[in-house]
Amino acid sequence: MADEAKEKDKRKMKSAKTMRDIMTNYYIEAKTAGETGKKVAWITSGGPVEPLIAMDVIPVYPENHGAMIGASKMGGELCEKAEELGYSGDICSYARSDIGCSLVDGGPIGGLPKPDMLICCNNICGTVMKWYEVQARYYDIPLFIFDTPFCHTGYADEAKKYVRKQIDEYTDFLEGVCGSKFDHDRMEEVGRLSVEGQRLWQEVLDTSMNKPSPMTCFDAFFFLALIVTLRGTQETIDFYRDLLEEMKGRVAEGISAIPNERYRLLWDNLPIWYRIKWLSQKFASHDACLVADTYTSAWCGSLKYMDENNFLDSMAEGYTRIYLNIGVDEMIKIVLEMVDKYDVDGFVMHSNRSCKPYSLGQYDIQKAVQREKGIPSLIIESHMVDERSFSESQTETRIDAFMEMIRQKK
Amino acid sequence: MMITAGVDIGSITAKAAVIVDGKVKGTKVDFTGYNAEQAGKRVLDELLSEVGLDDRSIDRVVSTGYGRNSVQFADKAITEIICHGTGAHFLNPRVRAIIDVGGQDSKAMVVDPEGRVRDFAMNDKCAAGTGRFLEVMARALEVDLGDFGTKSLKSDKPSKISSICTVFAESEVISLISKGEKRENIIAGIHDSVASRISALAKRIGVGEPLMMTGGVAKNRGVVAALEKKLAMPIEVLESAQVNGAIGAAVMAARL
Repeated sequence: MADEAKEKDKRKMKSAKTMRDIMTNYYIEAKTAGETGKKVAWITSGGPVEPLIAMDVIPVYPENHGAMIGASKMGGELCEKAEELGYSGDICSYARSDIGCSLVDGGPIGGLPKPDMLICCNNICGTVMKWYEVQARYYDIPLFIFDTPFCHTGYADEAKKYVRKQIDEYTDFLEGVCGSKFDHDRMEEVGRLSVEGQRLWQEVLDTSMNKPSPMTCFDAFFFLALIVTLRGTQETIDFYRDLLEEMKGRVAEGISAIPNERYRLLWDNLPIWYRIKWLSQKFASHDACLVADTYTSAWCGSLKYMDENNFLDSMAEGYTRIYLNIGVDEMIKIVLEMVDKYDVDGFVMHSNRSCKPYSLGQYDIQKAVQREKGIPSLIIESHMVDERSFSESQTETRIDAFMEMIRQKK
Repeated sequence: MMITAGVDIGSITAKAAVIVDGKVKGTKVDFTGYNAEQAGKRVLDELLSEVGLDDRSIDRVVSTGYGRNSVQFADKAITEIICHGTGAHFLNPRVRAIIDVGGQDSKAMVVDPEGRVRDFAMNDKCAAGTGRFLEVMARALEVDLGDFGTKSLKSDKPSKISSICTVFAESEVISLISKGEKRENIIAGIHDSVASRISALAKRIGVGEPLMMTGGVAKNRGVVAALEKKLAMPIEVLESAQVNGAIGAAVMAARL
């Protein structure tokens, strides 16, 4: 028993506590912004946050909050509140739980602080446009929509000009709402910090190329929060630097994420936020480690387009050509690269009813992976934050059958 | 002498199979009821007494089905996907694809020449296309479920059932009855509906010949005929269709 506890302790991530503290302070600061005179903006997860950081506006992410709601298993109840107003149960559970939360100030932290402005970038989906329009009406506050055209392949000149112009409109909007001039010098600094933060995040994710892997994708889902919410700050860089050191240390000491890594798997789509522990333990019981995923890598996927010495210009392309805003053929290329990079034995796809852009095309991606790489794939269905949609017994059977299949093969 | 047993605890029925030195000695079906473990013990005990064996002579037991983890006396629990694939291949080594339709889910599997499952697809979110759908319809039509097969083959014009939901389809069937449509035609329409669901699932993973159907619903010749038409290939159905999972479990037990 004592050995077991020691084992568990050895495998624990030391950085987890630091992360929790940072996020707690971040939310406290956001919720007490009224006292400090700072402005609060709600922004979509793929939205251009750097100009907000440059203007000293606190960015709050209803989607990050949605993940917290899911993890606290409060999603179903809050979604119901939105459905009582007439919102369809087929709508994204981030949107439904956020709308529900606004009504009752629910969720694990007593609700989000009332925003001074809303920044909506539709690179991740079209639902956010309606969701943010709803909230703009509800809170009676200004809304900025950053419209990133879909890029099946490449980046057309028209799209380039269109998106770049919106960045100027964005900074004008911020000047209007904040009542102060946009600081371009500060913006350059924030741009550099953002790129460095993304690089560090990429390096952290790369450590799971090691066999055995020092972390699972479930760890990555947790450590993702900072690069999403506070990209462009020094705090983010300091944290990921330390996290990277910890991961490298684990690799050097041979500390693996799961006790006996026999099978390596790739995860696709957002997490099932209310079942992270269950999924983690379920796969670990099969000696399977989910070493990488397509979701967390999206926050360093635009590095190839961003120029830290010319951030304001290059961020237009960086924000437009994200994983969810490109054609399925392009997504397939990225997935196939990841299969090789992390050397995985199987592919676990979350068919997430809440996210149409992520889930449409999954069967095509599945077929391509099976055809090109010859590895089996599994599909698990749910709404990422609405626990009412999850069938444990059925999902368990699918996971068990998938792992039995992989075991027979290897 | 190697004696192994398999128990398949399904949503409606519990099945058991005993294999002695590589040959099926006997099989049994009973109702699952409320307690999966008790159902497993009961159906296996009944089978053992029928074939004249003592439970102490069983070398190993594998459990499968939704209730597989409740069967404490099993040496291992293996999913019914692997067990159905294994069972079908054991009974016909040339089989390359299996469709299993049980009480509450339907699944399609492709196996390699050694009988190992290479891919599978499951419909476990929706009762349409499963035994439950047929049960509901049998009640609505006041026809014995066992007569569905023969009756549907007498149909001259299958009804069209457009609802994809079991519950709404039941209402549709009731209104067809009140419009005076023949039972035979309604049942044929029901079978077409079930076959549509199953064939979509099967086509998704690419089933090919030789194709075998297992599970309780395979006993319904009407569904099999409708499915053969939709997939444009013959489907083998053995007497042991319903107990195929238990047989596969017993085969897996010998390999432990």
